[in-house]
Amino acid sequence: MSDVIEDSRFCRSGGDKIMFSDAVVEAINQVRQKYPDSQGAVLPSLHIIQKAYGHLSYEAMRFVSQHLRVPESDVFGTATFYSLYRWKSAGKHQIQICHNLSCSLLGAESLIKHLEQKLGVCEGQVTKDGRFSFIRMECIGRCDGAPAMLIDDDYHGELTPQKIDEVLKKYE
Amino acid sequence: MEKMLLKRVDIPNANDIDVALKHGAYGALSAAFGMRPVDVVNEVKRATLRGRGGAGFPTGLKWELCARVPGSLKYLLCNADEGEPGTIKDRFILHQDPHLLIEGMVISGYAIGAERGYIYLRYEYPKAIGILEKAIEQAYAKGYLGKNILGKGVNFDLSVHRGAGAYICGEETALIESLEGKRGQPRIRPPFPASQGAWRKPTVINNVETLSNIPFIIGMGGDAYAKIGAETAPGPKIYGVSGHVNKPGVYELPMGTTLREIIYTHCGGIKGGKKLKAVIPGGASTPILTESHLDVKMDFNSLVAAGSMLGSGAVMVMDETVDMVNVAYVLVRFFAHESCGKCTPCREGTAWLYQVYTRLMHGEGKEGDIDLLLYICETVKGKCFCPLGEGAIQPVLSSIKHFRADYEARIKSGVVSH
Repeated sequence: MSDVIEDSRFCRSGGDKIMFSDAVVEAINQVRQKYPDSQGAVLPSLHIIQKAYGHLSYEAMRFVSQHLRVPESDVFGTATFYSLYRWKSAGKHQIQICHNLSCSLLGAESLIKHLEQKLGVCEGQVTKDGRFSFIRMECIGRCDGAPAMLIDDDYHGELTPQKIDEVLKKYE
Repeated sequence: MEKMLLKRVDIPNANDIDVALKHGAYGALSAAFGMRPVDVVNEVKRATLRGRGGAGFPTGLKWELCARVPGSLKYLLCNADEGEPGTIKDRFILHQDPHLLIEGMVISGYAIGAERGYIYLRYEYPKAIGILEKAIEQAYAKGYLGKNILGKGVNFDLSVHRGAGAYICGEETALIESLEGKRGQPRIRPPFPASQGAWRKPTVINNVETLSNIPFIIGMGGDAYAKIGAETAPGPKIYGVSGHVNKPGVYELPMGTTLREIIYTHCGGIKGGKKLKAVIPGGASTPILTESHLDVKMDFNSLVAAGSMLGSGAVMVMDETVDMVNVAYVLVRFFAHESCGKCTPCREGTAWLYQVYTRLMHGEGKEGDIDLLLYICETVKGKCFCPLGEGAIQPVLSSIKHFRADYEARIKSGVVSH
């Protein structure tokens, strides 16, 4: 993509530069150094924005496109391909519960039902108090501790309904 | 067999470089740098190491193809996109012994002539990102990464690239696309990555476990390494076991250990003293086996002869109470979700299979549904762009082959599950 770097067609903002915080811009500039061309930095840049703002947006994709000088269509295509980029806010704590085979063999489906009842929301929704949201996951690589889930960055395994209740209490 | 790959995994804080160094980390670097790169490649060829990611391609040959391509800019990529359902083995190395992987990558980079490496890490390993980044920082600080490593004029830079939730990126050309910031869809081959890979430069992609074997091959020599385990594919193998066993977990055993020994000796048998019904030997895309296959050796060739594959060595065990229609449903749902959409047989085939299984799960199975499933598999088989579609039909074909009665009973009774 290096040959289109100077082509202004790919910054269709009509002169209005979309701005994100200095910290985000700095983080993106840093990560850009790791790649031989700017397109390599698209995935990490989207991660940085998602982490800072909770989710991606049309503006986020246009910003990445402008800042890295990668065509909007390419950034959109990439951002919408991967299942763990979000387009709306998750809860304060995001529960990712596995429903693939090893977890399913050991009761994942009934745990998911329990979670739905306990939280009063369906997959992808945020609880009224904003504390939790949950999504189903395709194998989180914790099969030795099945059934398992991630809350934010922490694993919780060998789940039972009681254990889920106890674990959730720890997340304010 | 004495533990090799998982030796430091049990040592507390072995992901810290000082602890790892006390227990032998980076010990093979100077030996490797004392050899010519071509001799390192030959040592790995003598070891007859085969890739541990799933395909089992001879590692030395892969390296040789890349090393022979002229040009100074090459890449070494580590596939840490451990997404094959049931697979847990690489997580242990990534979390608890990242310096083993880094050491393996520095040596591998030296062998193929690559001075730049990336670890492609799946998004679903959030703990691993911090651990790897810290380990890399420590390795730079101690001079095991960067310029002029050990004062021998060897350069190697390494960083982590985090995926964003796409199973397909475990396929090596899709991984490259994703590294380059694109949709993770496989590339046509040829050209193979060895000649044109990342950013169209010669590239080697190896699995975490494969790269972690390299320091041992250099340390003990290829000939000694080749004496461990199965003759056709020697070495230690990390088997990850889950499902209905008493002691699920990772077990490092000689390549070619039987399923029976893994399940009954190491994992303490089936939970609750129940009988075994089925076992998937190598992750979701490998055909399901039955009790009659328990004495099969868990190596590449023996499992192919038994009608399955070693895959990633992810053993998933199912007891006698399991309905195989449920199992196939869960796996087909997974493949339908993960199909990248690039080629029609996989995109449509997995979606159609999922529709039929959803019907079966709702108790609305029809006479002829088994034949319909087999027909859809036929339209996928051998017609896909990459191995994902081929993998997707394996749970369907093998569950119908071995457990047709489960399907017939489901269609007849109309039992609703889920």
